[in-house]
Amino acid sequence: MTDVPLLEVRNLTRHYKLPRQSLLRRAPVLTALEGAAFSLRAGETLGVVGESGSGKSTLARLIMAFERPDAGEVLFQGRDLHGLTAEELRKLRRGFQMVFQDPFGSLNPRRRIGWSIAEPLRANGETENITHRVAEALEQVGLHPADAGKYPHEFSGGQRQRIAIARAIITRPALLVADEAVSALDVSVQAQILNLLMDLQDDLGLGMVFISHDLAVVASICDRVLVLQHGKTLESGPAADVLRAPKHPYTKTLLKAAGVRP
Amino acid sequence: MRRLPANFLLGAVLVSLVVGVAALSLIWTPHDPQTMSISTKFAPPSAEHWLGTDQLGRDVVAQLMAAARNSMTVALVAVLLGGSIGVALGLLASALGGWVEDGVMRLADLGFAFPALLFAIMLAAVFGPSLTNAVLAISFINIPIFARVTRASANQIWTRDYVAAARAAGRGRFAISRDHILPNIAAAIIVQATIEFAVAILAEAALSYLGLGAQPPASSWGRMLSEAQTLMYLAPQLAIYPGLCIVVAVLGFGLLGDGLRDITDPRLARAR
Repeated sequence: MTDVPLLEVRNLTRHYKLPRQSLLRRAPVLTALEGAAFSLRAGETLGVVGESGSGKSTLARLIMAFERPDAGEVLFQGRDLHGLTAEELRKLRRGFQMVFQDPFGSLNPRRRIGWSIAEPLRANGETENITHRVAEALEQVGLHPADAGKYPHEFSGGQRQRIAIARAIITRPALLVADEAVSALDVSVQAQILNLLMDLQDDLGLGMVFISHDLAVVASICDRVLVLQHGKTLESGPAADVLRAPKHPYTKTLLKAAGVRP
Repeated sequence: MRRLPANFLLGAVLVSLVVGVAALSLIWTPHDPQTMSISTKFAPPSAEHWLGTDQLGRDVVAQLMAAARNSMTVALVAVLLGGSIGVALGLLASALGGWVEDGVMRLADLGFAFPALLFAIMLAAVFGPSLTNAVLAISFINIPIFARVTRASANQIWTRDYVAAARAAGRGRFAISRDHILPNIAAAIIVQATIEFAVAILAEAALSYLGLGAQPPASSWGRMLSEAQTLMYLAPQLAIYPGLCIVVAVLGFGLLGDGLRDITDPRLARAR
């Protein structure tokens, strides 16, 4: 093992321009994320907590390099994602994948799920054993290989989230970003998906950024926690410390709301 | 199965009628549409000539059928040609964004500024009146319409999570446009194409009426109208028949397009 962290985020900042209020004044600017910083090692889970509009999803989009930060760096295995050429970034993408919040929006309704799961393979020019590897991924997430021929509407929300996870792990990534991956699911299904994510993490040695508004969920699976409000980092550190002795009143409120006993 | 909307059903019936007649004219017409017979001009409807004959003794039914075929061909080519270019431009604008998107959309605005008829007259003035130029003119006005519809629908699809997942997978913008965007906006494009088909039929009739479309001896509803115009008091039926055909064809495709939109647009489905 080298001592380069799997993922290192430095001083990450992102502004969005809001619609102009007046012709004469400048468009107001929303600071979605300001000075976020953390590092994550292989096999570790970082929980990112905050309410709506706290910058959680902006952080996810910046880590996934869907958009560029206004300042700061995202270092994946030591390389700054936002300093690469488009082609270099495209080749690196197989190493970090994402699971989205809405299981109904994250699969193309007009494609069979086998096609969707195999997409990351085809994007990387891997055409060998696709059927076999899709079957393998489906089994890893607890589905049947024969399901590959079905369409997304034939599955429940929890099953779709399993399909989305199968797609995310098929390239054997080192990092998984889960943005509210269980928030849209029933509580009993939530537990199943969380267990699946933790099992996969153990099996594959995944580093995981787990984004959630639910501190109870985060507390149960994360090694370290980052608490965001209005784009600012209020608190960060080992989960045990943050949850046992929260320093910021906002964290205490969150803990109380989630019903987590310190 | 939900009941299909009435406009869709009526449109489908009218369109089947027009397309069926046009297809039939490929293999059979009651008479040759171009054969003249001065001795039987202005014949009234009879077993021989179902709707009578015109001022040159040509069979009206045969002419209407041949004109239907010409009209469908022009509309089909114009919508396919203009539509393909427009859809490609719309997808490109949506995929690349930024100055490409702005540029394409401002060009589309420019295209909207040209009325189809004026553009066709310009083409006719430069290259001479012909059916080909009429088709090109109608295609041209379709480009910005399709570009705009495609871009608007595509921009919605680009925000979907499955597109983000495809980007995370490392797929390029053009591959995503082909595999994710196009299949999911196909319904909107087909609806637009059906409506534009009606517009194209009307435009072809108008251009032919002005002598800028189908040239003699080719049959065309618009040309039949313009020839009948001078004989309005002598034989008004010669203007009424092609006029009715245009109404049926345009109404049919218009209703079919509206009906398809009602069926495919979930927002309208809920409002109903």
